[in-house]
Amino acid sequence: MITKRIIPCLDVRNGRVVKGVNFEGLSDVNSPVELARYYSDNGADELVFYDITASAEGRALFTDILKAVASTIFIPLTVGGGINTLEDFDRVLKCGADKVSVNSGAIRNPALIGEAAKRYGDQCVVISADVKRVDGVFTIYAKGGRENTGMEAIEWIRRCVGDGAGEVVLNSIDTDGVKGGFDLEMLQAVCDAVSVPVIASGGAGCAEDFVTLFKTLPKVDAGLAASIFHFGEVRIDELKRLLRINGINVRL
Amino acid sequence: MTAIIDYGVGNLFSLRSSLSFIGEDAAVTCDIGEIKNADRLILPGVGAFADAAEKLRRSGLMELILQEAGSGKPLMGICLGMQLLFDKSFEYGEHSGLGLVPGQVCPISDVIPSGLKVPQIGWNALRFRNGASPIFKYISEGDFVYFVHSYYAAGCDEYIIADTEYGACLTAAVARGNVYGCQFHPEKSGKVGLNILRAFCELK
Repeated sequence: MITKRIIPCLDVRNGRVVKGVNFEGLSDVNSPVELARYYSDNGADELVFYDITASAEGRALFTDILKAVASTIFIPLTVGGGINTLEDFDRVLKCGADKVSVNSGAIRNPALIGEAAKRYGDQCVVISADVKRVDGVFTIYAKGGRENTGMEAIEWIRRCVGDGAGEVVLNSIDTDGVKGGFDLEMLQAVCDAVSVPVIASGGAGCAEDFVTLFKTLPKVDAGLAASIFHFGEVRIDELKRLLRINGINVRL
Repeated sequence: MTAIIDYGVGNLFSLRSSLSFIGEDAAVTCDIGEIKNADRLILPGVGAFADAAEKLRRSGLMELILQEAGSGKPLMGICLGMQLLFDKSFEYGEHSGLGLVPGQVCPISDVIPSGLKVPQIGWNALRFRNGASPIFKYISEGDFVYFVHSYYAAGCDEYIIADTEYGACLTAAVARGNVYGCQFHPEKSGKVGLNILRAFCELK
């Protein structure tokens, strides 16, 4: 049977991996190629790279990094950050990305997902949603979690999937960086709304949080995290053994 | 030399990189001479069956692949490239394929329980069928490979060399003589996938 996926996320700026806590206070962690190889060798099922560079120089550096990773690591790679046009899709796909994750770009240009899915296939298009509760309403945030769009999240995600997004990464801003566990309530709402794979992001603080995630919400397909992996607090091979002991099917 | 047939379908960066990583001389090409000179062929592909089959036909590559496979040259279809090996596909209508392996390509939703997601995306285990295939000589039964697909090959039981369980037994790989097909992506399946490619590249 298909396995639950464990996905480390690497935020890349100027060729280096960084990780923010609640999207602020970034700290340098490691080289993307070294980290990617380490993760691939230790059981990561997939890697996500977010390009958080603003400049053109940084963007060029990012595609170089991506090529270097994709030439030596042969597991699925998802790329996000700064994806606003079909040309951006093209640029990262040619450098070895398998899937492209869209966030603010889809908010600015709602036609982007449909056009990309038509050209590259649904399996290639991932909607990444940064969601925060505002007066009890799940609300979509843009620009790396800094801008409240005022849009209700579940309807927005449903629409993106209807347009052709083949996967959803749900990042709860409320739990991100807090390390108190995934946002089960928010994830449940998204799983109930869509029939494509849902990847949980934001809040993992320890291996047990992944056990709770997959046991409570069997419809969640994957768990994504960054700093707990980067800082060695949770090792992916150990995490997967724990999941297997708990009856969750993983690739070991 | 292994020729990765380029007919304008899909992203070949990873496939080329994975072959070069295992030390195999590979060319991404649509050049007739290069394809004829190659020791073996890989037919990749993502996207829609009808569009891909039409591109192969229009470019004359379909005829060439049939000739080369007919002469005994090892051929591996990957993902949509594997589906193209079959007689026909029922993806949005009914479309003819290469006819190198008897069988047809059908929606997985026909055979899996309704609660399961389509496409199947992720890592699933291989169960070997019909004896040990030479392309699996460096891997073990139960090894995991990476799938992304909404359709599967049916009616080809005697040619199945591996299947995978996703609410039903789905065809994961086929072989008929020198023609091989993988529904999964060996170029995205880590060491297991590289070992399948390595074994294929040793075929003469």
